[in-house]
Amino acid sequence: MKGMSVIVKTVTRWIKVFIFLYGVYIVITGHLTPGGGFAGGVIIACSYILLTLAYGKEFALQRLSPRTTAGLDSGGALLFLVAALYGIGYGGIFFVNFLQKRYPGRAFQLASAGIIPICNIAIGLKVGASLFLVFIILSVLRITKEKDGKQSMVKRWPEGKEEE
Amino acid sequence: MVYTLCFALFLVGLYCVLTKKNTVKIVVGLGIMEYATNLFLVLLGYRKNGVAPILDKTTNPLEFLARAVDPIPQALVLTAIVIGLGVTSMAIALCIRLYEKYGTFDVSEIRRLKE
Amino acid sequence: MGTENILIVLLSFMLAGALIAVETKNLLSSVISLGAIGVGTSVAFLFLMAPDLAIVQVSVEVVMIIFLIRATIARDVIPQRGHIGWGALAVVVILLGGLMAFGAYAFRSIGRFGEPIIASVLAAPSNRYLEKGLQETGAANIVAAVILDYRGYDTLGEATVLFVSILGAITILRVKGWARAGRQR
Repeated sequence: MKGMSVIVKTVTRWIKVFIFLYGVYIVITGHLTPGGGFAGGVIIACSYILLTLAYGKEFALQRLSPRTTAGLDSGGALLFLVAALYGIGYGGIFFVNFLQKRYPGRAFQLASAGIIPICNIAIGLKVGASLFLVFIILSVLRITKEKDGKQSMVKRWPEGKEEE
Repeated sequence: MVYTLCFALFLVGLYCVLTKKNTVKIVVGLGIMEYATNLFLVLLGYRKNGVAPILDKTTNPLEFLARAVDPIPQALVLTAIVIGLGVTSMAIALCIRLYEKYGTFDVSEIRRLKE
Repeated sequence: MGTENILIVLLSFMLAGALIAVETKNLLSSVISLGAIGVGTSVAFLFLMAPDLAIVQVSVEVVMIIFLIRATIARDVIPQRGHIGWGALAVVVILLGGLMAFGAYAFRSIGRFGEPIIASVLAAPSNRYLEKGLQETGAANIVAAVILDYRGYDTLGEATVLFVSILGAITILRVKGWARAGRQR
């Protein structure tokens, strides 16, 4: 997939960092302001999708390969599960908010609410990585029109990779 | 009255799924049904002149309890929206695969080719 | 104007957009009308005092439009007849009309718009979450407290469903199996 014109590339180069930062902000302060893991994760995925649309698929895949993305995705899910299982050691209850019971911070601060910010970060990672992976897989295929009017499906995977 | 309009939106989506022949149109109908369902669930929890269920340093707890909208439907719909995206992406993957195998997006031709 | 009137106007626009999305023959206009319905839903969430949901809805809807356009680009086939036969169409319309009438009758027992259940039943769990949420979990956002502390198990289930559906989409589009599939040209 080719990229777009020079204007789009220049604007993207400036803006993508702000979109990513905004997504991270929404994830981290999910327990104080509206937002949370899901909203922030989708916005983080959107910043990478913007990079892919403006610069072409090969450039984006050099930045963040599918293997790394799949690893981040599974890592997020595992972090969430580990945080939930740890509560069994505390009181025998699955998914208890053990950090809040042991170290309750002051309300309305960034470091309060126990296990909730950790779970938000895990979910943000997971949702963001999943959506970017699906976009890359969907954009491997292009439907092209051939000269005699018939349409066929061609796969354009970057050279050197056969299967993912 | 609002509930009836929301249900009408759901029925328009259902009509599209039942009667259209193009698989991408069917996925669009599925998306309409999903938006209508989420909207209906949040409509159930609204309180008149309500405030959002987010505390601040300056809110009065008693007044908050009397005026806040219901947080449980919002929690339900939050996960439902993201799951809807996952299901739609899987449906689109199926459409692409069907096109790859049969060469068309048309459901009736796919059924005919099978025989 | 009360919230209910604003919502009625918004829902009428969304209904008109949905009819356009269903009936038009051009796939691209259909997908863009779906985007308009999504933005309308997000504005409705803002009026219903759910800012979390408005953020998630608008970003998910943008990503969904990108995916749909990706699947249909450079591809615009107008079939002979876009819908199933006239007899079956009539049966479907009559059945849906019956469902609509039944729905209008059934909604009378839900209660008026603007009076939720938690106003009348004081022992509902939402009242407890609103009252003791900050004290028991320490989070100022009660919706986040509900999905990650009080009902955290459901969020674990949701993460699993998302994981499996993405895995399913990737498996369906696997590159390696195509060489043996026998593509038809």
